[in-house]
Amino acid sequence: MKKLVCSTIVALGALMTALPAMAEELTFWSWRQEDKAQYEKFIDAFEAKNPGITVKFETFEATNYNTILSTALAGGSGPDLMFARAYGGLENVANAGYLLPLDKTNVPALEKFAPAAVAAETARSSKITYAVPFASQTMLVIYNKDIFDKNGLKEPETLDDLVKAAEKLKAAGVMPFGNGTATAWQNEVMVGGIASTLMTRGFYDDLMAGKADFMDKRYVEALTKLKEITKYFPDGFIGLDYASSQQLFASGMAGMFVGGSYELSNFKKQNPGIKMGIFAMPGLKAGDEKLVAQYFDGGYAVNAKTTKKEAALKFVNFLASQEFGQMFADDLNNISAVPGVNFKDPLLGEVAELNKHSIPYIMLVHFRYGEPSGSVLLQGEIQKLFGGKATPEEVGKNLTTGLAAWYAPFKK
Amino acid sequence: MPGSPLVARRLWITALIVPPLAFVALFVVYPIISAFAYAFFQWHGLARGEFVGFANFYKVLFTQPYADWTLNAFTHNVLVFFALMVLQNGVGFVLAYCLWRELPGAAFHRVAVFLPVVLSTIIVGFLWKLFLHPLFGVVNISLRGTGLGGLAQPWLGQGTTALWALIIANAWHMVGFPTLVFLAGMQRIPGEILDAVRMETESEWTKITKVVWPLVAPSATVVFTLLFVGSFNWFELPYIMVGVDGSPHKATDVLGLYFYRTAFGDQSGSGQDFGAGSALAVLIFVFIALVAGVITFKLRAREIQL
Repeated sequence: MKKLVCSTIVALGALMTALPAMAEELTFWSWRQEDKAQYEKFIDAFEAKNPGITVKFETFEATNYNTILSTALAGGSGPDLMFARAYGGLENVANAGYLLPLDKTNVPALEKFAPAAVAAETARSSKITYAVPFASQTMLVIYNKDIFDKNGLKEPETLDDLVKAAEKLKAAGVMPFGNGTATAWQNEVMVGGIASTLMTRGFYDDLMAGKADFMDKRYVEALTKLKEITKYFPDGFIGLDYASSQQLFASGMAGMFVGGSYELSNFKKQNPGIKMGIFAMPGLKAGDEKLVAQYFDGGYAVNAKTTKKEAALKFVNFLASQEFGQMFADDLNNISAVPGVNFKDPLLGEVAELNKHSIPYIMLVHFRYGEPSGSVLLQGEIQKLFGGKATPEEVGKNLTTGLAAWYAPFKK
Repeated sequence: MPGSPLVARRLWITALIVPPLAFVALFVVYPIISAFAYAFFQWHGLARGEFVGFANFYKVLFTQPYADWTLNAFTHNVLVFFALMVLQNGVGFVLAYCLWRELPGAAFHRVAVFLPVVLSTIIVGFLWKLFLHPLFGVVNISLRGTGLGGLAQPWLGQGTTALWALIIANAWHMVGFPTLVFLAGMQRIPGEILDAVRMETESEWTKITKVVWPLVAPSATVVFTLLFVGSFNWFELPYIMVGVDGSPHKATDVLGLYFYRTAFGDQSGSGQDFGAGSALAVLIFVFIALVAGVITFKLRAREIQL
């Protein structure tokens, strides 16, 4: 049986080389079921320019995608092209040798991508890039413009402004923030959206250089302020789940929402009439650099064992082109990772503008490579902080000692 | 002798037995055995690595952070078991006794008590999540409405209340089951015995402790054993109400959730580890099988044959 399959493949391969004019069909796997129509449109644009290559887009449920993909790749029946996760999730697949290394010789456009974007699709130890990054997400503060206008509020320039705005909303009977933290991962979002500015870029750089850990005064101070801001979260917010907190903002019951840029299209869907604005958390003084937390979602990768390498690379180069990036941003309302894309949606343009002053979404980007993962630790510790079970100092200490289990710079 | 009725009969029986046996072997026995086997290998995603002996078991039991997580989840299962023993089986016994004595409204209550049992766990989970909603939940609204606003809590967000909230939701859901089993047991007690008791004493307490309780021992065996198995396999309700992380800060983490996270990973970046996950599954299985066996054996011994 195996022999038969092998010889068929060889025969087919020979046929392919013998008849270059014959159409080559590439399979392309994705976890974005909701984007199928848009991707088919992108593929039509590609096929129009590249006669002889067709691309078949197949989608799988997001939560099962990793399992389905790794099973298929392990069994040698994977797709020619696929969506790959970023960071630790990429390494799971890439380190097993399933993905084709990409560099400036086979995908020249990669050179112009932001280093942070390329890093998301690069294995740490080998420094080999395995995918073309597609989108980034940003943790920031979203506000309801109508509510702000009605109460005479502007985007805050300092933390004091923010507190004053929150007091004013509270007095007017509006919940200042709609956020709740009963759903574990929302706690990490609060740190990314609120504490990034307060912990400062200097802390992030020192952390990466191995000169600081989470017991650093700047980090602890940022958590202290974070806890103070939760005074303006809904009553009992620690028992409020993610879906409920989204509804509070989307329905106009709350003035602000700390969350990811992915919430914008979601809120628009729930309430088409809502007018939203966004800002980065302000610092103590007006001149402090306002920071958002950014991470990359995933990328497009090529199967290392594909028999149609040339066609697959052609398609990946298309996915790295500005033409594609522009369509991606326009049709999917997402921040494309392709450099030089213009955003039709003004809010997306603002997100891209805020991204110019960003630090990575720390735990997701840097601390998901071992057990316990930094995200799991942080989520639990912040729940303790908000629930009054731990001080900011204790949180910093527990994060550092917890991560020391596998993160070498913290081992002492 | 071919063609004889006996051979035909044997063939017929074989034809009836083999398919279901094959079905059970393929879909029940084989997965259990393969899960046992998985636990002894290292896994890279879904690709099986080298044979590692008991390393996965050692990892989940004795190395950090797994050891703490395992102990934490196990402790919660134990707490859930004892709490439900009182709130589900204890209350169930009392309810059954009241129904059996035909207190006023018994016919209505017999249905009311059993009704939640037929609801699916998903529905009960979402229902209780709404009941306990910090802002709009009926629990907090009632407390505020009756001037007890100070007692209103973010029930599912606090380490001190979240697990108890789940336990109470579970008891509300399932209390009808032990009630029904105990009631059936009580109805089986022969009338002569009860008449004889009535000649001896008027005390309701003596009747319960000296006659009813010993005579419903077979029912107790059933509900105790099932509760034990259920408490240590607890997954659906916590999964729906607090999520796979045992939120907040693992205060509601139980073995079921912990196993699931370890084997399949979650979106917060803990990776998939089928080796450690299978080791946990095997440990849970062996623990439940052994203890449930002992419980059944001990409880059977005290049952009285009428």
